[in-house]
Amino acid sequence: MNSAALNQYPPALDATALRADFPILDQPVNGHPLVYLDNAATTQKPQVVIDAVADFYSCDNANVHRGVHRLSQRASDRFEGAREKVRAFINAPSCAEVVFTQGTTGAINLVAQSYGRSNLSKGDEVLVSAMEHHANIVPWQLLCEETGATLKVAPMNNNAELLLEDFTNLLSEKTRIVALTHVSNALGTINPIQKLTRQAHQAGAVVLIDGAQSVAHEPVDVQSLGCDFFAFSGHKLYGPTGVGVLYGRETLLEAMPPWLGGGDMIRTVSFEGSTWNALPYKFEAGTPHIAGVVGLGAAIDYLDAIGLQAISTHEQSLLALATQRAHTQPGMRIIGNASDKAAIVSFELDGIHPHDVGTILDSAGVAIRTGHHCAMPVMQFFDVPATARASFGLYNTAEDINALFDAITQTQSLFAR
Amino acid sequence: MNDLRDLYQEVIFDHNRSPRNFGLLEHPTHQAHGVNPLCGDELKVSLVLDKDGVIEDLRFEGRGCAISTASASIMTETLKGLSAREADRYFDAFHAMATGESPTPTDLPALTKLKVLSGVRHYPARVKCATLAWHTVRSALQNASASVTTES
Ligand SMILES: Cc1ncc(COP(=O)(O)O)c(C=O)c1O
Repeated sequence: MNSAALNQYPPALDATALRADFPILDQPVNGHPLVYLDNAATTQKPQVVIDAVADFYSCDNANVHRGVHRLSQRASDRFEGAREKVRAFINAPSCAEVVFTQGTTGAINLVAQSYGRSNLSKGDEVLVSAMEHHANIVPWQLLCEETGATLKVAPMNNNAELLLEDFTNLLSEKTRIVALTHVSNALGTINPIQKLTRQAHQAGAVVLIDGAQSVAHEPVDVQSLGCDFFAFSGHKLYGPTGVGVLYGRETLLEAMPPWLGGGDMIRTVSFEGSTWNALPYKFEAGTPHIAGVVGLGAAIDYLDAIGLQAISTHEQSLLALATQRAHTQPGMRIIGNASDKAAIVSFELDGIHPHDVGTILDSAGVAIRTGHHCAMPVMQFFDVPATARASFGLYNTAEDINALFDAITQTQSLFAR
Repeated sequence: MNDLRDLYQEVIFDHNRSPRNFGLLEHPTHQAHGVNPLCGDELKVSLVLDKDGVIEDLRFEGRGCAISTASASIMTETLKGLSAREADRYFDAFHAMATGESPTPTDLPALTKLKVLSGVRHYPARVKCATLAWHTVRSALQNASASVTTES
């Protein structure tokens, strides 16, 4: 985000006050106050989300869309109410375009298997970027194996920015699907999705955006992004695990065959054949994670009340602070220096393996992620076995960053003995 | 709370800074490649088994965390000059010690040296760092040329 946009929105978020909404944050870890900096892996849940899930099970639990009894009606209302919240949250034109899945991974696999298998054949191409999460690589590899299509990869530079010219050159009439991450979980890079989508559409491809790392950190409007599919997970959005969303353009979803078969997704079934339910139910076979969806709805209400723009502004100021601290910390190198970045700082310390960094930080109560972040091609590109990664959320503060850097200094002095 | 110094003892730092028997043998009789897919650590072990079944030479190469590097380094020192059968006993003893799952045997003379790594049993996520080299050497001894992962 550029600084002009930053100034437009004064920081309207009191992270210290918001921390009180998250019961888990108020605990000691290894004798220190917990400093949770692993938000890109999963975010913590505010009390309102925990309560919504508990309240659903305590008061309204029943299966959805199946019963005439009161509880079933209430469960269905809460479930469909959450769908409307999701629709508004990403500004999808219609609830028919909001499919509940098991997560980002489930959503991407749905598109690969349903859209991909019925539209791709030998000689066709799928284009991804060099910074994708495994969830946006492997489903396309499986699809390519099944259909004879080819997977192409748009490269990035040493700052972890997508090379736009190469991206353009890789597009051709053979390109049927372009699948890109909005924000890289391993590097923080924010990709210029609007522009990339426009180009992909000109080449005649459909575009899927992996929004796992973007929806909780900046306002997302699928119509202004222009993408055909948008996938994200509830648990990275301060909601429950095991639930996610696929937004898909209605005309595309309408033409796609179901992926999973079972209850709820049918209109009629006979042993001679079956007909499919309307959207989005055609893609929601079986009993869904109803309480999870209800919890996701509560998470969206919570975020809406704070405002995604305020969250983005707050996290950008944390990113700026952490980046500046990293530059003055001897022996520390940030991996991923894109000009447009989300609040994710992947780093290396000279001569200290990320795993050791993670263990020593944990002993100081600081929770970060270490490893390949499900992005092994990214590790190969930067020639590192792994990185340490601090990723920020709405409840993180400048004190958290102080604790992080104190622990980093402690790690370095332990290893300098 | 576990004291970090139980895990990161001075000996560990020493072996991490200057690993013993580092590199690969030119004419090994046995070798293996070990990976820990969870953290991307990789390790190669090569060794020469003489005609009496004794480990005449043993080296390792790879990049990993301090725990895995120190463990590999100490392992090479421990196993050199032992028979493949004795090496197997040390594998079991080390495994028992690192996981804390079963009592550690007391009749193995070189075990004291390995005790510096016993702190990992309080760090379940790090046990595999310490055992990777051991899995790799065992697989080398069993298969002459092999690949192992900590996830199998
Ligand atoms: C960019 C990105 N894509 C996809 C995923 C997969 O999300 P999930 O595991 O919730 O399906 C993640 C998170 O791990 C991610 O960060």
